[in-house]
Amino acid sequence: MAISRSEVLKIAELARLHFNEEELDAFTVQFQDLLDYIEQLKQVDVDAIEPTSHVSLTKEFEKHIFREDEVKPSLPVEESLANAPDPGSGHFRVPKVI
Amino acid sequence: MRARTDWNEKNMNLKDAHRIRDTVNSGEISAKEWADAALERIDAVDSDLGVFLTVEPESVRRRAEAVDRAVKGKSLPLAGVPVTVKDNISTRHLRTTCGSKILENYIPPYNATAIDLLEKAGAVVVGKANCDEFAMGSSTENSALRVTRNPYDPERVPGGSSGGSAVAVAAAITPVALGSETGGSVRQPASFCSVLGLKPTYGRVSRYGLVAFASSLDCIAPIANSPKDIALLLSVIAGRDDHDATSAPFEVPDYMLELQQSVRGMKLGVPREFFGEGLDPEVQAIIEAGIRNAESLGCEVQEVSLPHTKYAVSDYYIIAPAEASSNLARYDGVKYGYRSAEHDDLIDMYRKSRSRGFGPEVKRRIMLGTYALSSGYYDAYYGRAMKVRTLIKRDYDKAFEKVDALLSPVSPTPAFKIGEKTSDPLAMYLSDIYTVTANLAGIPALSLPCGFTKQGLPVGLQILTKQFQEGTLLRLAEGYMNAFPVSGPPIKY
Repeated sequence: MAISRSEVLKIAELARLHFNEEELDAFTVQFQDLLDYIEQLKQVDVDAIEPTSHVSLTKEFEKHIFREDEVKPSLPVEESLANAPDPGSGHFRVPKVI
Repeated sequence: MRARTDWNEKNMNLKDAHRIRDTVNSGEISAKEWADAALERIDAVDSDLGVFLTVEPESVRRRAEAVDRAVKGKSLPLAGVPVTVKDNISTRHLRTTCGSKILENYIPPYNATAIDLLEKAGAVVVGKANCDEFAMGSSTENSALRVTRNPYDPERVPGGSSGGSAVAVAAAITPVALGSETGGSVRQPASFCSVLGLKPTYGRVSRYGLVAFASSLDCIAPIANSPKDIALLLSVIAGRDDHDATSAPFEVPDYMLELQQSVRGMKLGVPREFFGEGLDPEVQAIIEAGIRNAESLGCEVQEVSLPHTKYAVSDYYIIAPAEASSNLARYDGVKYGYRSAEHDDLIDMYRKSRSRGFGPEVKRRIMLGTYALSSGYYDAYYGRAMKVRTLIKRDYDKAFEKVDALLSPVSPTPAFKIGEKTSDPLAMYLSDIYTVTANLAGIPALSLPCGFTKQGLPVGLQILTKQFQEGTLLRLAEGYMNAFPVSGPPIKY
């Protein structure tokens, strides 16, 4: 499948990434190479095949994955905010949205 | 390196975790002395090899002294054992960058479960090891912070993404290390550096605190110089963890006991699809000799087929980036990590922070994953890839009806030159062909030293088996390495 520059731009927007013109040219070519290679999956007959999203989703496993809904200790607010680029009054501050 | 005279007298080489813990438990050598020895090794070789991103000598010494106090009157499984930890595994109050500028100043407020377990067992984390950014890569060249070199040839890559961890063990800085695996990131650098690397069964070791890349594939994975030390490390870190719903609720067997069993009569398979086009002839010859060695130990060897192998790289490079694009959405300049100072509005802040914070390979995979999951393409790419994953898993299920384990190469070539593949992402991805299927199928696999090329570059042999049969891999590795120890050229470092 051929991919255009405008499609690459659209995906970049979805992924919240920005590329300059030069990066965009190089990237479109590399992206095309990868998609051409990945295209080979279309040769596989998958009509009656169940998807595997996760190898551990077995019956035996499911018996163990539920627990009681109990309150447990969590990180103190100061520690949770310690890595924030712009913490303030116990919150994560972001640029104005409204 | 010139070691201190008293260290020479005490034979303080940093290769054997069992010996170190025995000397600490018996009081013969203290954890503090071992920590000092490891720190001295770092001083001596790290500027040449580029292993570490963060080392805090004072807290390492304090931690070792705490182990020396704790060990009095009892015996700890990893007493005083210095450990190197890949920099995508969270360490409380110790910088964890994932090899990325976006997390360059990130200090985790909590430990990964594996780190808590190591420390409870008496281990001393000496530093955080370089890796490809967010573990995305096969050479450690995608680290935004440092270049790591192969100790057998400093012009070559150590492999990746856990390159720093593998070099730390190969160069005897620490006897063991933790890496992580999503598609071969421990087995391939183990192969390139002549050490052992085990990718455990998916869910065998808790992922809590392992910075997420592709959650259905990620595993924390041990690296060591011997099957015994791999077994020791795995015994400590394996098990169910309430903080990771995908950690396996099954009992952890006694790996040390399993490792002592005889390999005679074991049935081994050789997947013919792993010996095709692209495999370096010298690597092939070394692996074939390894297979004959295994046969000479009384194992029965037969050819088997894994027919969907040729689709594995495509399948992996849809599934892993799809999951990564979702996992890495959390780096938005709000809760932690880099935030661009200049921006027009909130969306622009996200965009500029991510574009400046992530390196090219991470962006490439986020883009690929976003595309594979986007409206109109989901069924054609991600949906189809999940079905092909089922077929890859079934190939293994069928093979393991006939044999106990499989033998194969780890990588089609030995360590390549730094810079050789960086401009061609597809060529780099294709070098993962023999390792990605174990992650897709969730099975355990191990790389062990098998030989050296004429140029003196290490080649690893891969062993794969059924889910939760790590003991089978360790038993085979122990039997093999006792009978056929590999010695290569001496390391200069």
